[in-house]
Amino acid sequence: MRERPLSNVPKSALSLLVLAFCAQLAWHFTQPAVSAKAENLMPPPSLPTLRLAAFGEPIAFSKLSMLYLQAFDNQAGVQRAFQQLDYVQVEAWLARTIALDPQSQYPLFAASQLYAEVKDAPKQRRMLDFIYQQFLLDPNHRWKALAHATSLARHRLKDLPLAQKYAQAIRLHATAPEVPSWAKQMEIFLLEDMNELEHARILLGGLLQSGQIKDPHEFKFLEQRLIGLEKAQAATNQTRKQTPSPVTTP
Amino acid sequence: MSRFGLFTLLSDFIYAEWSILQINNVKDNFAISPHFMHKQISSIAIYTVLEALRNRLSWLIIIVLFIGVGLSGFLNALALTESQQTQVALLAAFLRFAAAFLLATFVVTSMVREFNDKGLELLLSLALPRAAYLLGKFLGFALLAIVPACLFGLLTLLFSNALQSALWTISLVCELWIIVAFAMLCVLSFNQIMTALSATLGFYLLARSITALQLIAKEAQVETSNSQQVMGALMNAIAAVIPHLDQFTKTDWLVYHTGQLQDLNPIAIQSTICVGLLVGAGLFDLYRKNI
Repeated sequence: MRERPLSNVPKSALSLLVLAFCAQLAWHFTQPAVSAKAENLMPPPSLPTLRLAAFGEPIAFSKLSMLYLQAFDNQAGVQRAFQQLDYVQVEAWLARTIALDPQSQYPLFAASQLYAEVKDAPKQRRMLDFIYQQFLLDPNHRWKALAHATSLARHRLKDLPLAQKYAQAIRLHATAPEVPSWAKQMEIFLLEDMNELEHARILLGGLLQSGQIKDPHEFKFLEQRLIGLEKAQAATNQTRKQTPSPVTTP
Repeated sequence: MSRFGLFTLLSDFIYAEWSILQINNVKDNFAISPHFMHKQISSIAIYTVLEALRNRLSWLIIIVLFIGVGLSGFLNALALTESQQTQVALLAAFLRFAAAFLLATFVVTSMVREFNDKGLELLLSLALPRAAYLLGKFLGFALLAIVPACLFGLLTLLFSNALQSALWTISLVCELWIIVAFAMLCVLSFNQIMTALSATLGFYLLARSITALQLIAKEAQVETSNSQQVMGALMNAIAAVIPHLDQFTKTDWLVYHTGQLQDLNPIAIQSTICVGLLVGAGLFDLYRKNI
């Protein structure tokens, strides 16, 4: 259909259009910026409700739920303090997400690499226990997260019995041929006197060699984590060198 | 005159010629042979597809395709791991819903417009059996459903292997055929765009969540109150008469490559039965209409 020229539109209609558009923009910019605040993380709906809301697309809904949960701790590349998050809710969200899509590794990856990295022992223990419980449900697919949890228990929590329990669980339950031998032998590494960086190198090196990490985002994330650990280790070593050792008298 | 206008004129001319031919043929034959009816069905199907092309539905489908890629690409960038799986899962879910919505909208608006323009009355004044009209329309819409399904299926090839994409595409075609048949039935029953479209989308969402509803009802039945028993029985009754679309076009196939050719068997059987039922109901309704 041919349109009539612009001059046919009354000036009052044009000015209404322009004014309303400007008012909309002005209204938008007067509103507070949208941000997901840690304290606003609500408990997740029940699993049947989530299944209903997914309208037959549980996998897509599970991925969306993970991105939603992530919005509460990671914004514009700056990690918020995990201490602010209510870990009961975080765990509930992760459990619901993995129940919607049991084949997904995402919730366990987030639990081990994000939420368990918090400097708060009870929260760390809650996440590690969540990973352990989920591992027992499907050991051959979920050993990666428990391997990282073992390292965290050993070096962050300094809880060797807990780390041994996790390492033993991998050896006993993750028996599929695709589980690499180094993962099954983690108990041996635990008993050796290694620092966290050495342990992380074994974990990441082993994962890379076994071809388990295929996702470029995950690869980059773990690489950055390793670089961060190396920097932290170097800084600690330098501080130790600069601090004079106390002179002991015989 | 624009190319679009010229095309409209040309097709209208062919349409008029075709109508005269119909009358003359019937004058000669009196009774309509199955072969002749088959031709009538094909003609109506072709004009239905032509109408969709005139409405630039294909452009809309391509726009939806780009929106899906853009949106899922954005969400892919946010994912810390399983980024490709996240992208394909969200893309597939979006495209599946978009295809059903676009097709349902087209079927409803096209048929209601035809009713309002007295196109149906004109057609039925010719020697055209009502069954030929309805089956022709269904065939046309069914052919049309293959276009978005194939385009979207081709896109999923970027993220998945050929077998999984093929399974997803074939299943989407079956799902869209069911939607088409239901939308046609709604138009014949309600004759109004808003009511018919709302009923179709309601049916679609119900069919996709019926298993979840059944599970909820089953869980509620643990506490054996009468109302919960009734609700459970009602859910089971609904589940018995509608297709379980949550078993169709599974995203698992594209994300985890779990699909097998045998998975298509129940889908094909369910689609055949459901389309037969809906078309049967549509015929029943159309033959009873006082046009």
